[in-house]
Amino acid sequence: MAAIDTPAGGVRPPFWRDVRVIRIVLQVLALAVVFAVIWVLGNNLRKELVERGLPTTFDFLDRPTGVTVADSGFDPGSPVRDALIVGVKNTFLVAIIGIPLLTILGTLIGVARLSTNWLVAKAATVYVETIRNIPPLLIIIFVFNALILQLPRPNDPATPLDWFVISNLKLVGPSMATSAGAGALWLIMLLGVVAAFAVAIWRTRYSERTGEHHHRVLFGLGAFVVFAIAGYFVTGRPISTSFPKVDGRIITGGFGGLGSYFALLAALVIYTASHVAEIVRGSILAVPRGQTEAANAIALTGFQRLRFVTLPQAFRIALPPIINQYLNFVKNTSLAIAIGFAEITLIAFQAIGNGHPAPQLILLLMAAYLLFSLTISVLVNILNRRLQLVGR
Amino acid sequence: MTTTTPRQVPATRSNHARAWLRKNLFSTWYNTLLTVVFGAIIIWALYRLIGFLLAIDTTIIRVNLKLFLAGRFPNDQLARLWLGVYITCAGVGLFARAIVRNAELKAREAGMDFDHAEWQSVARRFWPILMLVAIALGFTETILPTLLTLVAAGIGIGAYLLGALLPRGVVRRAWLIPIVGTIAFYVGVAGFGGVGWDAWGGFFLNIVLTIAGITLAFPLGLLLALGRRSSLPIVRYMSVTYIEFLRGVPMITLLLMGAFALGFLIPGDRQFSLFLRLLIAITLFQSAYIAEVVRGGLQSVPKGQVEAAQSVGLAPWKTMRLIVLPQALRNVIPAMVGQFISLFKDTTLVSIVSLLDLLRAAQISTAQSEFQAQGLQAVTLPFAALFFWVGCRVMSRESRRLEHKLGVGER
Repeated sequence: MAAIDTPAGGVRPPFWRDVRVIRIVLQVLALAVVFAVIWVLGNNLRKELVERGLPTTFDFLDRPTGVTVADSGFDPGSPVRDALIVGVKNTFLVAIIGIPLLTILGTLIGVARLSTNWLVAKAATVYVETIRNIPPLLIIIFVFNALILQLPRPNDPATPLDWFVISNLKLVGPSMATSAGAGALWLIMLLGVVAAFAVAIWRTRYSERTGEHHHRVLFGLGAFVVFAIAGYFVTGRPISTSFPKVDGRIITGGFGGLGSYFALLAALVIYTASHVAEIVRGSILAVPRGQTEAANAIALTGFQRLRFVTLPQAFRIALPPIINQYLNFVKNTSLAIAIGFAEITLIAFQAIGNGHPAPQLILLLMAAYLLFSLTISVLVNILNRRLQLVGR
Repeated sequence: MTTTTPRQVPATRSNHARAWLRKNLFSTWYNTLLTVVFGAIIIWALYRLIGFLLAIDTTIIRVNLKLFLAGRFPNDQLARLWLGVYITCAGVGLFARAIVRNAELKAREAGMDFDHAEWQSVARRFWPILMLVAIALGFTETILPTLLTLVAAGIGIGAYLLGALLPRGVVRRAWLIPIVGTIAFYVGVAGFGGVGWDAWGGFFLNIVLTIAGITLAFPLGLLLALGRRSSLPIVRYMSVTYIEFLRGVPMITLLLMGAFALGFLIPGDRQFSLFLRLLIAITLFQSAYIAEVVRGGLQSVPKGQVEAAQSVGLAPWKTMRLIVLPQALRNVIPAMVGQFISLFKDTTLVSIVSLLDLLRAAQISTAQSEFQAQGLQAVTLPFAALFFWVGCRVMSRESRRLEHKLGVGER
């Protein structure tokens, strides 16, 4: 390289044509432009904030929000900081329930699109082609306004089977009620999980030694159930079912969520599942045909072929785009702002409405989503590296 | 050669049908079960859907059709919007013909055959749009819009036929047509005391935001993509930071910024309108995604191309402009259409910050005194969804066709 940079004879080009000089000048120039823009905008921002009598720092986080959060007992007098934390928690509640649901639904529909049953395949295709082409916000508003809000009013809820209490404000179902001794039971069940894994490992070794079928899932589950049932009686039956009861407008017992929560969850799961289905379908088709033919040649059943040959290979292909859909799902939870579910975007929006400074709040909001996105990306990269086929 | 013809079951139509049914619906016991269960569910759903469709009262759509399509565009200025439609039709017709002729010229120069698309296949590709126009016209109260639409169709077809007369210079520079058309459109709708974009609304606004957003974001995205692949570390890091930051946040946060925070960055009383601020936010947001799309295209250009360009002594800028970008951008077209579709759906988000787009029109129409509290969102929202469905469906099909035609991802 050096021979090219300085031609024979030591004659160097004039500095304005020297690549090394140009590179440095260009970078300094780019840096200067970006800093100048940031500096001018930051200056404007500070001046405008002061002019409108708004704080220029993040001190407002400790002031009372004035935001009310439906059905959470949140005190409007608490600081903005607490309100934002409630928002993050609600966003998280949608993500943690929604992601498994949309994975299952999306995989089922993706497999259904490749079904040999004409009716099933067509139904799945119609689902995907319809839902994928409709804006998610429209689906959310439709599910909330046209389905959830048409349920009975809160003062006269429907109570199917006496197990559920359903109104357009809240949907509640049966839950577990715990009494003294539940802590011990959880501990025993944890032991049961450990035992189940131990049994599974033992069965695997046994199978490797003798060549007989291991049935490790069956044995592991059995071990866990034995532990759980024994623990339940030993600790004096600390768990019972709690059915929701209505008393006027107040619902006691049971476990449930706001109508807006379920609307958001259902709409986003339906929407994102249509994208996941396409990914699953594409990934299965991307598995080389010879693999399926080989599976057929050794007479695997349809289920065995999917479980042991096709899906494990499709999974590797599908993982990065599916994680991308998870990220989209989390970002789309911000659309709850349209139906009044108090996740972090709505809380920030309401705080802005209550006179808290918009630039800082929006910056915090972006930082929250960014933190989440970057965390997931890092985790995915690690996972991807571990799943990568080695040796090719 | 003597052959014994095996006894064949005559291939009648009913036998075909029976074989097809057995193969596709009743091949095994669980397939039969699936067919029965799914069939029952589908018949039930269709029954409910038909019942619903027969029972709905579409008065709300009849009354508010203009609100859905054009928002609060002043009624006495609607002629300008029709003028805009005509300009669009003429432009699309001319542009389509110019592209076809361009392809024909190139094919002839390369000594290849060129077959014209038949009008049946065009109708097959664009049937959802025809259906949508027919449905929308079905909700009009007078015959006038139908006549005006027929005139629009006539102008489109006429422009396509007249496109045969376009001089070769224009055909080679077909991109001139959309630019001239856009300027003519804007002058026709907003010029000379017309209606500026702050009063644009309805589905028209969704379309304008999508096209303007992608068009404005493209140059920025291209620069960012080049920056991300630059050999200058500072430029690269700044591009990566910008792209990853914006791709990590939801679009609504950008719109909130446009609606509530962008005003803080501009000193004094010189404030942009809400439309402009949201368009800026959309452009900033989309540019990050476009940058990633373009980067994919840049990566798809084989390294040998750059090396060949260098070996014939092209300067870096010329290598980029003459060798890399033409190939990269060609490969990127289908993915750009995908981005276009995604923005098209996301323009509904402006309804949250109270710009009157189609989705907001569908919502506020149910708050009118004669329609409120009747659960009519179940009528207006599916009607709005139909518009987006048609747009997305046609574009995604066309993008798949283009992908196939360009041979992207087949090498």
